[in-house]
Amino acid sequence: MKSPAFEYIRAESVAGAMSAYAEAGDDVVYLAGGHSVVPSLALRLQAPALMIDLSEIAALSGISFQDGWLRIGAMTRHVQAINDPLIAAQAPLFAAAAPFVAHPAIRNRGTLGGSLAHADPASEFPAAAVAMRVELEIASPKGTRRVPADEFFLDIYETAIEPGEILLAIHVPGPVAGQVIGFDEITRRQGDYAMVGAAVQAVAKDGILQDISIALFSVGTRPTRAVAAQAALMGRVIDDASIADAKAALGDDLDPPDDLQFPATMRLHLARVLLGRILANLEAVA
Amino acid sequence: MKTDITLTVNGDAVREAVEPRTSLADLLRDNLQLTGTHLGCEMGACGACLVMLDGAPVHACLVLAVQASGHKVETIEGLNESGLIKDLQERFHDRNALQCGFCTNGMLMSAQALLSENPMPSRPEIREALSGNYCRCTGYESIVDAISATAKMRSGQTGEVS
Repeated sequence: MKSPAFEYIRAESVAGAMSAYAEAGDDVVYLAGGHSVVPSLALRLQAPALMIDLSEIAALSGISFQDGWLRIGAMTRHVQAINDPLIAAQAPLFAAAAPFVAHPAIRNRGTLGGSLAHADPASEFPAAAVAMRVELEIASPKGTRRVPADEFFLDIYETAIEPGEILLAIHVPGPVAGQVIGFDEITRRQGDYAMVGAAVQAVAKDGILQDISIALFSVGTRPTRAVAAQAALMGRVIDDASIADAKAALGDDLDPPDDLQFPATMRLHLARVLLGRILANLEAVA
Repeated sequence: MKTDITLTVNGDAVREAVEPRTSLADLLRDNLQLTGTHLGCEMGACGACLVMLDGAPVHACLVLAVQASGHKVETIEGLNESGLIKDLQERFHDRNALQCGFCTNGMLMSAQALLSENPMPSRPEIREALSGNYCRCTGYESIVDAISATAKMRSGQTGEVS
């Protein structure tokens, strides 16, 4: 279908975009890569009066490493998560997640910031962000603030970004020695939405887990940290026994809904299978 | 209200006034009569509308014409006339890699982008590169054959698919 009519402004600065938003009232949509917004317009899921295009704002681009944190501009394209050496070195879970996101042409255009701000509970980057414990830098007319990923994703398509605010950058804490990662998902087709997926980041010393961070996606209304599974693994060696305990603990972490595709019990089963596979791979490298 | 845009399409400077809701695909097809860019799903799923934007394939249905202002677009007409994909087109022809031809624009765009990044892709890599391109005539095997053969010929091998 064709999109409904709207007015359009190409913003030149973050401040300019926010003041245009404030002037126009709330019937506004911000545009980044457009790969969630534009189809939603074509499907007439929304019909804003004004679109403010953020994509040419220089301050939203760029990837840099400073003081132990990687700053990834919100307008960074998915394809850069695959190709950029700084992301590969400092935010490896984004690099591992990116090939699972949609298809090559989508990845040329879709943005990391857009994906996080959109907060589709079935998408890959939000779960990677939770597992990496990133902080999201958000601009508001009152100033900027940084929100930890665990507090950023609130509900389906809902984040800590208030109306009119703009996600500026993703700050990733640099990896520590001994860190290993795992990312995988179960899908029916390459590039399709995951039936269930998981991002895992761990630090092992002499084989003993000093830290473990697990986030699952496509399991509920937002990317979900597996607190009980993490607790089942902390301070232990990754082996058959600890993997079995972590898989069992997932029952306390997840309460997936039944949906049209398959029942909740199957989703929980698949989550356990997937976590087991990822942990078994970590066992090999940890 | 219409917005003035300027962009480069197949090497030519284009100046148009468009409604902001106009997709790049509609601009190309309706205003510029470049109808080789096909419109299937208009939601980024089928891959029939791929064009090169600043050298990389994107869905022309998911890019607004206003967003393309100041940028460089190349359509299948431009690629065709450049001669850059003549060998790829010939391999598609040889191997019956198209039946109705609706998906072919997108297949050629994805194939050309793949081969420019990865001159000797494996068959699984070719399939992955085509994962966002639907062919409803079920011609995937021959499309993969054609791309694989082009890769081999470009690298000086025979291009025969065993």
